[in-house]
Amino acid sequence: MRSDVITAQAQGATGDLTGGSEPVRSRRTPDSAHARRHRLWSKIVLYTLLCVLSIPFIYPTIWMIFAAFKPTDEFFRIPPTLFPETWTLDGVAKIFTVTPFAQQYLNSLYLATVITIGSIIVCSLGGYAFARIRFPFAGKLFLVLMSGMMIPGEVTIIPIFRWVADLGLMNTHIPLIVLPIFGPACIVGVFIFRQFYLSLPGELEEAGRLDGLGRLGLFWRIALPLSGPAIAAVAIMKFLASFNMYFEPLIFLRSEELFPVGLGLTRYQDGYGEPLYNTQIGATALTVIPVLIVFLFAQRQFVEGLSRTGLKG
Amino acid sequence: MTAEPLGATDRKVGRTTGRRSGSSKRLARIDAAVGLSFAAPAVIGVLVLGLVPFGYVIWYSLHDWSPLIGEFNWIGLDNFTRLIADDTVWSSFLTTFKYAALLMVLNITLALGLAVLLNQKLRGTTTFRAFFFSPVIVSAVAWVLVWNYLVAANGGINGALATIGIQGPNWLRDPTWALVTVVVIQVFKGVGMNMILFLAALQNVPAELKEAARIDGARPSRVFRSITLPLISPTILLVVMITTIGAMDVFVPIQILTQGGPGRSTTVISYLLYRTAFEQQDFGYASAIGVVLFVVVLVLAALQWSSRKRWVHDEV
Repeated sequence: MRSDVITAQAQGATGDLTGGSEPVRSRRTPDSAHARRHRLWSKIVLYTLLCVLSIPFIYPTIWMIFAAFKPTDEFFRIPPTLFPETWTLDGVAKIFTVTPFAQQYLNSLYLATVITIGSIIVCSLGGYAFARIRFPFAGKLFLVLMSGMMIPGEVTIIPIFRWVADLGLMNTHIPLIVLPIFGPACIVGVFIFRQFYLSLPGELEEAGRLDGLGRLGLFWRIALPLSGPAIAAVAIMKFLASFNMYFEPLIFLRSEELFPVGLGLTRYQDGYGEPLYNTQIGATALTVIPVLIVFLFAQRQFVEGLSRTGLKG
Repeated sequence: MTAEPLGATDRKVGRTTGRRSGSSKRLARIDAAVGLSFAAPAVIGVLVLGLVPFGYVIWYSLHDWSPLIGEFNWIGLDNFTRLIADDTVWSSFLTTFKYAALLMVLNITLALGLAVLLNQKLRGTTTFRAFFFSPVIVSAVAWVLVWNYLVAANGGINGALATIGIQGPNWLRDPTWALVTVVVIQVFKGVGMNMILFLAALQNVPAELKEAARIDGARPSRVFRSITLPLISPTILLVVMITTIGAMDVFVPIQILTQGGPGRSTTVISYLLYRTAFEQQDFGYASAIGVVLFVVVLVLAALQWSSRKRWVHDEV
């Protein structure tokens, strides 16, 4: 891959030199019938390609929705079926009785809401400080943040696990809330806000000063109300990450009533006499569909926000 | 990613406050207090929940510690000598490298291909963009659970293959296919993000340059290789680094789909670390593995970063 690029560059260099001497190919006149047919064909090819490529991305979701209404013996069939032959609500009906699914769903919503709000506070304050305030040790403290980025969370979980146990916080939501808000996971959010506040014109704050605002007023009345895009980006990133949290709950939680929904989904697999394929898939669909619907309506914000931030998908 | 220097706006703000009132010293003192307290939650959090724990991990790695017996003894570098002699650790690192390399190649190629397709002037590209991006926002657990059914021995994939007369393997239970299957599932999950990053880079390639090359008689493939690729190479570097570093600590799909099996064929290093720490309660040894993982990721990132002069067109 790399060598390809290198050769591409090399050829690019020679191309510049020889390009002029090569005969200039006659360009197609735009409205000849031949060109139009050619363009039509290339369009058809492109659309077909895009449709085929879409299959592995959207088929799982579509399959999941219908599979929730299949009886378990229809799950594995040759040839495979998308639509249920006999529609049944057996699986769906059990979603809320086999595991405390409703409770887990509420847990996830609650955790995601608290973490998102907490993160926005911590990250906007930090981002504002590093972008617009002159304070002692700013550079060094910023370095502390930067170095925190390199530290892998699955390694530091070991001492944190011990502290949580010593503090008697095992099997509570507290570590699940504190870690993503204050831990290294907050750094990306701080960067996003810092980047945003750096781009705010200084005149706005000058005007605020003239109106007699202090430093807190400048942040609260001027900077924060303008930071919609940054808030949206961090909120989307944080809400998704915490709604879909898996690793930390796996380490810190034991009781199913405290599980977030992601961890709960895996528990349909075992421990029960009968296979619960349709129940598990139904529950999975219930966790995925609302997020997808929100995504459909706010597609632009999601795509822009996450590509601005999310880098760590 | 245009980072203004930290000082630029600071100076502007400082100047304003200076001009406005004679009590600029008081304002500077307030700024110092406000700045420190604004930065404190994030900085203290990262210290206490990131850097300090990492220090502890290094400390633990020099000890034999299993909480079940309640012993915590200094053993120097024994954990590391044990690690070097440990087959499982070596094979886990190898598996992790295989996973990361395969994922990186497939992901980047597909992401670039999709981005190029979506960069055409074509109606409906937003819809397709949404299709390709949608797995990014689906929870990792949900995504792998659904695929778990689709790649089962008699699941949808093999069912589809059977209709054209191919008998597919039991993807996740077959030592030769398990890792590849997990990679492919994860590529579909995450490629949308990289596609978006590439799409943004492609849209920044000046049309005049491509037009000029075309007038000089370059074919589209040649324009892509000689103009587009070099111009987006900084983004390629960024995406390669993020993707490999992310792949080095893959956990969720392994834990849910294969539990490291069959045999050891999908036991990646972070899964081994999890099992060593939280199933075998061998925290000292797990910490040693963690330290090595950290160093390996750091070296890998440094290697990629330092390779940039050889192939990245415009220094980032």
